[in-house]
Amino acid sequence: MAYIPSLQLVPRALNGDLRAIARLLTRAETGTGESRAALDEMFRRAGRAHIVGITGVPGSGKSTLVAKLAATLRTTGRRIAIVAIDPSSPFSGGSILGDRIRMGDLAGDPGVYVRSMATRGAMGGLASGTLEAVDVLDAAGYDVVIIETVGVGQDEVDVARAAHTTVVVSAPGLGDDIQAIKAGILEIADVHVVSKCDKPDANRTIADLKGMLALGLSMAPPPAPGRERWVAPVVATASLRDEGIGELAAAIDRHHRFLDTSGEIDARRKAINERRMLKACEEILRREFERHQNAKVSGLLQQIDARSLSPHAAAGKLLAQMHIEMHSGDNG
Amino acid sequence: MAQESGIRVLIAKVGLDGHDRGVKIVARTLRDAGMDVIYTGLHRTPEEVVEAAVQEDVDVIGVSILSGAHMTVFPRILNSLKERGADDILVVGGGVIPDDEVRQLKTIGVKEILLQDTPPDAIVEMVRRIVAERGAR
Repeated sequence: MAYIPSLQLVPRALNGDLRAIARLLTRAETGTGESRAALDEMFRRAGRAHIVGITGVPGSGKSTLVAKLAATLRTTGRRIAIVAIDPSSPFSGGSILGDRIRMGDLAGDPGVYVRSMATRGAMGGLASGTLEAVDVLDAAGYDVVIIETVGVGQDEVDVARAAHTTVVVSAPGLGDDIQAIKAGILEIADVHVVSKCDKPDANRTIADLKGMLALGLSMAPPPAPGRERWVAPVVATASLRDEGIGELAAAIDRHHRFLDTSGEIDARRKAINERRMLKACEEILRREFERHQNAKVSGLLQQIDARSLSPHAAAGKLLAQMHIEMHSGDNG
Repeated sequence: MAQESGIRVLIAKVGLDGHDRGVKIVARTLRDAGMDVIYTGLHRTPEEVVEAAVQEDVDVIGVSILSGAHMTVFPRILNSLKERGADDILVVGGGVIPDDEVRQLKTIGVKEILLQDTPPDAIVEMVRRIVAERGAR
């Protein structure tokens, strides 16, 4: 397939042409200006898929779990797309994307699309083009789009502002009940998974998580009248033995129904869109900053160096100058 | 961040061949050259490799073979790419392969064959060169 402009890829991708979908995903990932209009069009066509985020520490079994989960969801006839994220090297910018290694069993099923993405310096557990990629797959007709984050630490929680349903995977043997009550990643779970439950210390991890959740429930304010409360279930899985996968699929589907019946889905969508807009602002700002690097920025840097201007005041000046430029139509 | 190349490479092991030390070194070398490297793991079929390459929209498929099955595996990969209308994806082989079979493989469409004594820098240069020759897409 020779070079095809992004806008011409859109109708082909909407028709399910795999190569067109793949190419649009590449353009979403690299974030070229040429692809902007096409990705905007895919956004307009998207909005039907259930977006499921899977997150957890490195080595907690996310990829293996995602493969099993996708196969289980497929039995209902739904088409599944997976966006699997692995880290970029902070030194070379390159990456080794190995999530597919665990997903070999999904090969040959035309109802499953697996795509690996590198973080490219983005923090928070996602790659910068992740949500545009989700739009492409959503608009192309995949019913469930699973985002598998990079292996995260304690507070990389962006996925909760990217997915409708967030699954947090905890592996046995990594911490006690104090870890479980700390702020951060455990708080974003709509569904908890304790993976590798064929290991002997899994029961302890399940008990710690359930204890944490019970504590949270007793202290949480009661839900608004007429609103039900979602209680995040703890699902024990052992992917290699196919244990707990059906329960996980059921919990995810139950959460999806809860979002719809409770009206919570609107709040989630709004939160996702708000974050996307903020990220887009940051991106535009960073691009403008780099564009002005040699002229305006370096002038201001001299003043900061001489301590006649604080970094904060310099940022204000730079923004004011950009604002004037953008409104005089000279925004390159 | 340095993202000078933007080149995507799928690295695969095909069939009953568990020798993956070389393929890991190649993956690491390309990573350190700033490329995104998708590794499929062991024991894939040629058709699975092509399916993954299409989904991942890679520039290059690199297949490491040390089992001696190269005269079976590469034709199947090339055919499968054609069937999917994806024969613009460049195919490169690596391993221990006799010289006359290297010539045959290149004749049927394998872009390059890297033999066992290829230094890492040469791998990086080769990938950059064949992607540049193919042009933008």
